[in-house]
Amino acid sequence: MCFLQRSEASPRREAAGNRGAKDLRPSSGCAQAFFEREELHIQELAQQVVSGLATGSIFASLALALVLIYRSMDVINFAQGELAMFTTFIAWQFTEQGMPLWAAFAATMAISFAGAVALERIVIRPIERAPQLTIVIVTLGLLIIFNGLAGWIWGYELKSFPSPFPTAPIHAGNVTFSSQDLGVIGVTLAALLLIYLFFSRTKLGLAMRAAALYPAESRVLGIPQGWMLALGWGLAAVMGTLSGLMVAPIVFLDPNMMQSIVVYAFAAAVLGGIDSPVGAVVGGLVLGVTLNLLGTYVDFIGTDLRLPVAFAIIVGVLVVRPSGMFGHRRLTRV
Amino acid sequence: MFKNRLLFKVLVPIAALGILAGSAGRVNADPVPGVTPTEILLGGTHPYSGPASAYGVIGKGILAYFAYVNDKGGVNGRKITYKDQDDAYNPAQTVQLVKAMAEQDHVFAFFNTLGTACNLSVRQYLNDQKIPQLFISTGATTWGTDGAKYPYTLGFNLDYQAEAIIFGKYIATHEPNAKIAILYQNDDFGQDYVAGLTKGLGAKASAIVKQASYEVTDPDVRSQMTTLQSSGADTLLIAATPKFAVQAMVARSQLSWKPTTYLSNVSSSPTMLGAATKAGGDAATAGIISDAYAMDPTNASLASTPGMKLYREILAKYGPGLDPSNSFILYGMAAAYTMVDALQKAGKDLTRDKLMDASLHLSEKNPFLWPGVELQTSPSDRFPVRAEQLIRWNNGLWDPFGPVIDARK
Repeated sequence: MCFLQRSEASPRREAAGNRGAKDLRPSSGCAQAFFEREELHIQELAQQVVSGLATGSIFASLALALVLIYRSMDVINFAQGELAMFTTFIAWQFTEQGMPLWAAFAATMAISFAGAVALERIVIRPIERAPQLTIVIVTLGLLIIFNGLAGWIWGYELKSFPSPFPTAPIHAGNVTFSSQDLGVIGVTLAALLLIYLFFSRTKLGLAMRAAALYPAESRVLGIPQGWMLALGWGLAAVMGTLSGLMVAPIVFLDPNMMQSIVVYAFAAAVLGGIDSPVGAVVGGLVLGVTLNLLGTYVDFIGTDLRLPVAFAIIVGVLVVRPSGMFGHRRLTRV
Repeated sequence: MFKNRLLFKVLVPIAALGILAGSAGRVNADPVPGVTPTEILLGGTHPYSGPASAYGVIGKGILAYFAYVNDKGGVNGRKITYKDQDDAYNPAQTVQLVKAMAEQDHVFAFFNTLGTACNLSVRQYLNDQKIPQLFISTGATTWGTDGAKYPYTLGFNLDYQAEAIIFGKYIATHEPNAKIAILYQNDDFGQDYVAGLTKGLGAKASAIVKQASYEVTDPDVRSQMTTLQSSGADTLLIAATPKFAVQAMVARSQLSWKPTTYLSNVSSSPTMLGAATKAGGDAATAGIISDAYAMDPTNASLASTPGMKLYREILAKYGPGLDPSNSFILYGMAAAYTMVDALQKAGKDLTRDKLMDASLHLSEKNPFLWPGVELQTSPSDRFPVRAEQLIRWNNGLWDPFGPVIDARK
């Protein structure tokens, strides 16, 4: 307390010679206060790191969905966030109608998978061979359509979304975090593991990789390339839905829910390497913690400059190391 | 040549006719745009779609009240037609819609256009055209302070600064040893609160120990809340729009931080508090302090007031399908009441300047405002509402406590 009071005393008063001897000789009480304050600093640091990890895993989960699409068709799906938002609304609708939470989640996953496959067949398929720019523009169109559609169906009012995890805070030493945070981190890591196993240990996963990396050769081998793409969309949509379901209880559900997150998810994906699932997760976590620490301890960044920092990371990575932390460098033979 | 001459022969008369018709139209036009012997045409914009479309029902509350007034004979024998359009909370659209209503529909005045940015985008234009921009739905302080430059613009809401001034006064007298942390949105809206709180605290302004801002583009505010908690503050002001306010309340409970919390009026709808309670448990919202200047349809203690009875009666007849517990509808009616009051005072011989003059000499007991909150304007006081009732969230309802506090005094 003493330490705090002293730092608050106005400089003018001190200059006027109003300094008591007490102030010059820190009493034991003051020393104690000093240590308490140090402890407070460490506690704040730890707390910021923990909440950065939690926010980062949100970025990571959506970044994973972006990476999945990128791996299957070499294109960024700008509508990924909005698709996730839309399916989260579907889950919300189910729970509103009294469906148990986990059943609603499962049903939504199934719907989002089927919906995304259908979307790919109907909207993307006709332009599959078009220049990448065309596909990008179409995904931008989907972004706007799904945002408007969700607003039209469910309105823009903020909705609370049930969390599958308990709400009570957990204390570990001086740091407090919610089981929600822990849940998001856990689910994201589990999803990463599943994706890894799918792509490396199953035939279907291998076929998808082949279709994306060697389209002509894989066709010769009888891999239905079109369906592999649709499958990629479906998986990405499921991952996006998972992200939406984890995010909604924290940032609350409205049609613009994902817009503030998707930019950071892009940054996370680019930072980690746009074609690497591990990179997406590491990138998300690094980004979450970095933003929190920069915001807290670097005065001129404060909390105002988070978004510019995210963009700076995107640009910086693309300039210095386009393949990111874990991505594969592409070599083109000239 | 011949062809050209023919063209000439055809075009000139047409052009001449056009000019004649134009000037004839102008001569015969009603001297006051938007006013006929039987009708007053008002224009407005509310977000019926887009990110802020929750506010759309304000327009519906207004329309219900005007329908009620029209059925009772209208204002000085004229019925009010309110052309309320959807600008999706997008200032670019507001400009288009307002210009079209001013130049094509020739509305008499604009009423309750919603949104700070939306209103700012048309303020200069409307003042250049000398078209009243009345009782607009925003709490920015500029509407009250820049009257000399924009004489045709007048706000309605309790301004954000006054709200924070009142919080500050209350804290200075009742919690003189408070250590205050502020979470604010980094724009005019949030900064008004910081300025107001500092003013209201007066000599106790040093009680503010930490401020943290967020951008509307931020995904959440947990990091800021952590920073604020670490400051050791025991009192928190949440100067935030609903989404972030709800996040802040939940973060409070997740961080096990229990400061005395003051919440900005814009985020204090029971729906939002309900959302926060659902996500963060009772610890997220219990005891939160906010304020009200319009009545709260969910508050049982007000149910028997004449204003609430009138509100329910009007909604039953003119607003079928509207949820009476939605306080935005009531707000719309409160503003519509004041608009009708001003039109009435402007007299039978209606002009835009007379309407402005009447709007600046109001002293009414608006039945839809909290009992004790009076609405007053004068040429030197362009803040219609500057008093409020403090309320505390208790068991799922707002409980009023203490007297109505006036920021003017």
